[in-house]
Amino acid sequence: MWGRDAQLRAPYKNFFDWFDQEDPKRLRAKNREAEELFRLTGITFNVYGRSEAEERLIPFDIIPRIISGSEWAKLSRGIEQRVRAINAFLHDIYHTQEIVKAGRIPREMISQNEAFQPKMIGVDVPGGVYTHIVGIDLVCTGPGEFYVLEDNARTPSGVSYMLENRETMLQMFPELFSKNRVQPVQQYPIDLRRSLAACAPAMAEGDPTVAVLTPGIYNSAYFEHAFLADQMGVELVEGHDLRVIDGRVAMRTTHGYQPIDVLYRRVDDDFLDPLNFNPESQLGVPGIMDVYRAGGITIANAPGTGISDDKAIYSYMPDIVEFYTGERPLLQNVPTWRCSEPDALAYVLDNLEELVVKEVHGSGGYGMLIGPTSSKKEISAFRKKLKARPKNYIAQPTLSLSTVPIFANSGLTPRHVDLRPYVLVSPDGIKITPGGLTRVALKKGSLVVNSSQGGGTKDTWVLEE
Amino acid sequence: MLGKTANGLFWMYRYMERAENTARLIETGQRIALTRLNQSDDEWASVLQSADCLHGYRAAHDEISRDLAVDWMLRSKDNPSSVVASVNAARQNARLVRTAITGDVWEAVNSAYMALKRTLARKVTERDLPSALRLIRHHAALVRGVTHGTMLRNDIYDFARLGTFLERADNTARILDVKYYVLLPSARSVGTSLDNVQWESILRSVSAKGGFRMEYGAGGGPREIAAFLILDKRMPRSLAFCAGKLRDNLDYLGSEEDAGVLSREKVASLEDRLKSKSIDEIFEYGLHEFLQTTLEDLSGISRQIEQDFRFYA
Repeated sequence: MWGRDAQLRAPYKNFFDWFDQEDPKRLRAKNREAEELFRLTGITFNVYGRSEAEERLIPFDIIPRIISGSEWAKLSRGIEQRVRAINAFLHDIYHTQEIVKAGRIPREMISQNEAFQPKMIGVDVPGGVYTHIVGIDLVCTGPGEFYVLEDNARTPSGVSYMLENRETMLQMFPELFSKNRVQPVQQYPIDLRRSLAACAPAMAEGDPTVAVLTPGIYNSAYFEHAFLADQMGVELVEGHDLRVIDGRVAMRTTHGYQPIDVLYRRVDDDFLDPLNFNPESQLGVPGIMDVYRAGGITIANAPGTGISDDKAIYSYMPDIVEFYTGERPLLQNVPTWRCSEPDALAYVLDNLEELVVKEVHGSGGYGMLIGPTSSKKEISAFRKKLKARPKNYIAQPTLSLSTVPIFANSGLTPRHVDLRPYVLVSPDGIKITPGGLTRVALKKGSLVVNSSQGGGTKDTWVLEE
Repeated sequence: MLGKTANGLFWMYRYMERAENTARLIETGQRIALTRLNQSDDEWASVLQSADCLHGYRAAHDEISRDLAVDWMLRSKDNPSSVVASVNAARQNARLVRTAITGDVWEAVNSAYMALKRTLARKVTERDLPSALRLIRHHAALVRGVTHGTMLRNDIYDFARLGTFLERADNTARILDVKYYVLLPSARSVGTSLDNVQWESILRSVSAKGGFRMEYGAGGGPREIAAFLILDKRMPRSLAFCAGKLRDNLDYLGSEEDAGVLSREKVASLEDRLKSKSIDEIFEYGLHEFLQTTLEDLSGISRQIEQDFRFYA
């Protein structure tokens, strides 16, 4: 945008023509109006560890992030290729492990990986789909230069924000949408339902019954679970609504128990089935894994997909893409040092102040070190942790990320962002909603965009060419 | 529909109805306090009793005063039927059944919650009480209005209505029961100002003053008031009206399959009792006894609905 070269990029031209005519006072009022709208719709997330489950808003920025149609076309080809490879990889490692046999990934990276799910070995998943919903986290270093930060292949969240951000912008600034031809995102829930239904097990009769499984109203993402179930027109169930009856998973309705064909679960693998995984779990359905293995239900995403978005496996993604598609990867990985390897570890220890070091299984921006913004004390403390368990970490250079403007009291000001497009996979093909969720680090200079750590969101526009 | 969802709908609407009824009872209490001539707070005991929260109040406070009674019914966290507690519970249930209600209904419930949270954050002064009570009624009306205007007439709507009318019938029966002695013929001393105030307070508690005047003009005494609130099928808060609505909604629910047979039987027997008796026969039978039996019937119906439609298991 007014990126490193301080020049307006083309996709923003229309927007800025409009913006320059606007009264900042009116825009500030609109900003407050947006917050009121979010509160009323209840788009909140719950904060853990508080006595009374507190509901908070994720800050919303009214300046859209704008991507040109051609940039998007290029990007979505890369995403599609990557998601195809991830599914092929998952099928392979839970069957014959050709990629290990070919020597492209060390055996222990799979067998000793916490995210590897032995109960999935040899299971043939309905429709051959493992990751029904994927959210790929990307950062941008310049026009068209996207890097993948993370592949979220378990239960990526945030899609409700993508939809509600657009809804809010449409309500607040309808005139903007008549001046810019923005590709729509509102079809996502219907696409999701179709995509899930297309993955129903063979034994499903007629129109498949889809349901969303939530841990309950105190879960931080409950709003999103309810939102998606509502938008798809399917039931929102909790573990205690479900029971295994005659080899099917069934939900308790006012007319008795009715079987479910496809379960979009927003419950982690570990809590899915107390008989097969964590026996303490109250959130899951006892015996659902047995039904699943017998072909009685589709679980989306499939259990055990976590191994494909594991940060240690991440560094092998270029190989994985090449191995299964026979093509060169279209999307770049951020160069990654695996601290499990002695040479890499030595390099990382020597250059800590310039690197970002992450836990292999971490998420949400916790437990990481951002070298350039950390104090000497923090770095030396982290050095100890890293030396004690090198296998637990990977390191990456800090990229010179491009910025986008946000609306602050003083006017427009640049901030770092990432982008999470949402990808649906079914036997009918791969569908990517144009745009996705843009998360923004609201603190000046910060690179951390996670909502749990003060990040915000903004609407993401992909222009029609 | 999930049994859990039916349960959530039923209680969401029960709690919304309760919040409104409690607000109306406070309004009535306040009105009596302002228009009476003697200086006692006796009236608040019977208001608390009508709101079914006298017992809890006594456990928390030694004496009954206007300020404490209003606060107890309006804001107390220790009183599960206070307006604040009811609206919180309604919203919690609305979140649970978010997929069953329309966006409009959810927003109406959520905005009720947000507005009352602001207004009732601190003790409400006597001066601010009328506007606070108006706010509650306004928001309850909004929820009812968008429910009526945006919800599909299917089983979801039926459970919402069952909750509404069970709570309402329960409320009307309780108000009558607390005041039944004022309506008894033996206590009739027509024309005294005390009686007029008492009767009017009953009518006000159920928003029936206008309707009653429309029907009876300047006339009408306790017998007519009792008949109006128990037997009149056009009065939307009367027992007969509520029973009829319970029957209708159970019939809709049962039209596809034979669901809710036992609930329907129980409602039918309540309706029979309301149809077969004249107001004089009810007085003869004993007004208090009649109302007590009705209250038992209502809680029996509630339990039967829970079972018939698998709310919990």
